[in-house]
Amino acid sequence: MTTLTVNGKRHEVDADIRTSLLDALREHLALTGTKKGCDHGQCGACTVLVNGRRINSCLTLAVMHENDEITTIEGLGQPENLHPMQESFLHEDGYQCGYCTPGQIVSAVGMLGEFKDGWASHASGDLEGKLDLSDAEISERMSGNICRCSAYPNIVNAIRKASETKETA
Amino acid sequence: MRPFDYQRPAGADEAGRLAAEPAARFIAGGTNLLDLMKLEVETPERLVDINGLGLRDIEETDEGGLRIGALVTNGDLSADHRVRHDYPVLARALLAGASGQLRNKATTGGNLLQRTRCGYFYEPTAPCNKREPGSGCGAIGGYNRIHAILGASEHCIATHPSDMAVAMRALDAIVETVKSDGSTRELTLAELYRLPGDTPEKETDLEAGELITAVRLPAPIGGTQIYRKVRDRASYAFALVSIAAAVRLADGKIETARLAFGGLAHMPWRDEAVENLLVGEAPSDALFGKAADTLLSDAKGQGDNDFKIPLVRRTLVAVLREATGSTQQ
Ligand SMILES: Cc1cc2nc3c(=O)[nH]c(=O)nc-3n(C[C@H](O)[C@H](O)[C@H](O)COP(=O)(O)OP(=O)(O)OC[C@H]3O[C@@H](n4cnc5c(N)ncnc54)[C@H](O)[C@@H]3O)c2cc1C
Ligand code: SF4
Ligand code: FES
Ligand code: FES
Repeated sequence: MTTLTVNGKRHEVDADIRTSLLDALREHLALTGTKKGCDHGQCGACTVLVNGRRINSCLTLAVMHENDEITTIEGLGQPENLHPMQESFLHEDGYQCGYCTPGQIVSAVGMLGEFKDGWASHASGDLEGKLDLSDAEISERMSGNICRCSAYPNIVNAIRKASETKETA
Repeated sequence: MRPFDYQRPAGADEAGRLAAEPAARFIAGGTNLLDLMKLEVETPERLVDINGLGLRDIEETDEGGLRIGALVTNGDLSADHRVRHDYPVLARALLAGASGQLRNKATTGGNLLQRTRCGYFYEPTAPCNKREPGSGCGAIGGYNRIHAILGASEHCIATHPSDMAVAMRALDAIVETVKSDGSTRELTLAELYRLPGDTPEKETDLEAGELITAVRLPAPIGGTQIYRKVRDRASYAFALVSIAAAVRLADGKIETARLAFGGLAHMPWRDEAVENLLVGEAPSDALFGKAADTLLSDAKGQGDNDFKIPLVRRTLVAVLREATGSTQQ
């Protein structure tokens, strides 16, 4: 048995040792908001937060996360109680087919956490100066999330707008 | 994925003992190993999960440098204020690698030991001496746009994909390990990595069960530090060519030049002759051109990757101009 803490609830999962965190969430816990795109770390559809940091759930084993707090898109918000980042994607029309969207939203929340902790990025002119969340910064920091529909302009808008509201992250 | 036995040792000695057989692998972030296990390119019979071993600290050393625990993630390392301030070339290299999500998983030890690889290595139906020794090299005479131009052999022309390791090579980093019998040793990156020769399946000098515990950076060297990565898209792509540079000037002459190169060879590349040629000279395009000639004197294209030869030359000149504050002449 593998014990997982997902969205604040503990679960016992009876899964083969080879089960990825992504498959444990989707196939064993029926948390199908987290998507499988490539299963190889290349697309970001499977992004979840582990202890507040974003990772690709496809490239890790469930059994390696028994002591961690996992947050999925379902844990960020529900239809009747949306997370500000979810609201912002709705408002800004930050998607077309929607398949990459849960990964984009979870990744964006993780990204804003990194930004608030003062992490620089490849797009930052100065590694030590004040950071500014420009569109170039958002694109660079979100490059691990591919959108096959290429809804990027509205994704960037949604993230920028959400970052301007206080309660995000 | 093949079945395996999963172990979670409590200490480094137990980890080493458990991993001391050829069919065992340590797993850290898992971002390279699991990727390859899904395709059955890697088929370990035992995974030794080292995430419970600590090794997550970044501490200052007596000599004024930093000791980076093997399990420090690429994300945390790039965010560390000492790294940003004292080793900007390393922070920049880390930030140029992979994606935000991957950097939060990728570890210092795992990044160094990610496989040197190419597309044929991933494709079980293609010949590849690295995946299946003696089967041939699909890339030689095949698609070889991303492949090596230096230090390759007739058995393998793959490149090491790490950005972090290129910066660490320029910074003279030392890798600290513990073997499965409990003895410890230290290796430079030049000692850690191997060129492919006729055993491309062996990429490092490490023994079975030898655990990287930390990477040590010597005291900061200052100067102007640059990491320039040239790739097919602006982000989230491996380097075609990359250069880590730390250059210091004194009285209008180059006093120190540390240059390491990614995307060119089976390991992060460094060439003392190039650095010696620069030191003591006043910066000029003519000098930079000579440095490129020296670096590339044994360079050999494979067809699709011939473009890398002029690309490295231009990138090197651009990096040296920027690092020395000199303009085009
Ligand atoms: C889509 C994608 C894009 C990428 N892009 C880039 C890029 O642009 N630049 C770049 O540099 N990298 C890139 N990477 C590679 C990534 O950086 C590596 O996968 C990562 O650094 C490996 O670290 P890990 O901790 O996950 O290693 P693991 O997968 O856990 O381990 C890798 C290997 O190292 C061994 N190992 C791990 N830790 C130790 C230790 N302490 N002692 C001894 N052996 C150990 C393991 O046994 C295994 O053989 C990319 C990866 C993906 C999937
Ligand atoms: S270059 Fe190396 S890794 Fe690629 S096919 Fe040839 S032997 Fe295999
Ligand atoms: S499914 Fe995990 S990155 Fe694509
Ligand atoms: S909205 Fe379709 S993949 Fe992004």
